[in-house]
Amino acid sequence: MDDKDPPSRRRMLECMGWAGAGVLWTVSGGLASSVSLDTALAAPKPGKGFSFLQVSDSHIGFNKDPNPDARVTFREAVAKIKAMPVKPAFILHTGDVSHLSRDAEFDDADQILSEAGLTAFHVPGEHDMLDEGGGVAFLKRYGKGTAGDGWFSFDHSGVHFVGLVNVKDLKAGGMGHLGEAQLAWLQQDLEDRSSSTPIVVFTHIPMWALYPEWGWGTDDSAQAMSLLRRFGSVTVLNGHIHQVIQKVEGNVAFHTARSTAFPQPAPGQGPAPGPMKVPAGQLRDVLGIRTVNLVRNGQPLAVIDTPLA
Amino acid sequence: MRHLLPALALAATLAAPAFAAPAPVTVKIANFTFAAPVVTVPAGTTVTWVNEDDIPHTVVADDKTMFKSKVLDTGDKFAFTFAKPGTYGYFCSIHPHMTGKIVVKAP
Ligand SMILES: [Cu+2]
Repeated sequence: MDDKDPPSRRRMLECMGWAGAGVLWTVSGGLASSVSLDTALAAPKPGKGFSFLQVSDSHIGFNKDPNPDARVTFREAVAKIKAMPVKPAFILHTGDVSHLSRDAEFDDADQILSEAGLTAFHVPGEHDMLDEGGGVAFLKRYGKGTAGDGWFSFDHSGVHFVGLVNVKDLKAGGMGHLGEAQLAWLQQDLEDRSSSTPIVVFTHIPMWALYPEWGWGTDDSAQAMSLLRRFGSVTVLNGHIHQVIQKVEGNVAFHTARSTAFPQPAPGQGPAPGPMKVPAGQLRDVLGIRTVNLVRNGQPLAVIDTPLA
Repeated sequence: MRHLLPALALAATLAAPAFAAPAPVTVKIANFTFAAPVVTVPAGTTVTWVNEDDIPHTVVADDKTMFKSKVLDTGDKFAFTFAKPGTYGYFCSIHPHMTGKIVVKAP
């Protein structure tokens, strides 16, 4: 953070690269091209497609520097959702709903998110697995109708959504982990679907080796991606690293989301991936929500990240 | 018999240091690492981990059964006494790239 210019230039280049790939988003400071953004914002007109919303890493219960009460910023995020002129179809929460898996934290998170008045789907983060039962509390609350340790899929307007769990039973020295049972389920879930079905995968930890030194990846993600590769449009959404990073691999677009609670440093910046301290006046610049628009003319999904500030 | 008692008492006094537990050892958790990743101790040592990060961590034996802390929030501690010689790997079950090892030698 001591060198202010290169990151923004790099970010600008990323934006241009992404505009070329047809996937668009806004960043703090509005770097994304306005034409692209207009296209994206125009997408959810009735009859043309639909949009959904992603929130992540609400960490309800977190109360340290730089955020003395993660409930306050989560509530601001939900207020932003409520104020949207076009209602998203539903909300995906990509994990770390709570900070310490306490019932009171989940209660607060549910109460706040319910103010959006939308259906919400949840996959757990590692912070949601800290109860005595190692995730039982989360599963009891959000796991109705799911398979295994909480993975599930559903269809909406011709798009197939797959929620994966990569934070359960992690092994010493490893990263995120899906496991054989979940991979077998995924294979079955996908095998009868036409390759033209747009797929949205959402999970907590990144599904590529983003920064293994900090555990930012999923050990067996390659097996999952090999099942997804034949599809013409795959969008993979995750949280965990509390910042926006994108990557495209063929037909697969990976997007990590901001947290609504606190930012984390860029990969390898500093000694550890702990909460990044920012001045109080800048906290909301680095927290945010994400809208994803689907247009029905075969274009890739439009992913728009909006900071809280 | 009576004259033996003082001798026994003396023996017990002299033997006391050999039977006392070895000095306890503390392992700090900071910056998403176990600050001393390999610690060598005599059998019987109690090792205490203390979380100095502003993010919770855990201390879990690699086999996930021998020892397993609850979630340790900032400032929380977990202690385990290593009775038998051996090498005991452990990790943080929240951040499994965090690993450490306790090497226990015969006293
Ligand atoms: Cu940890």
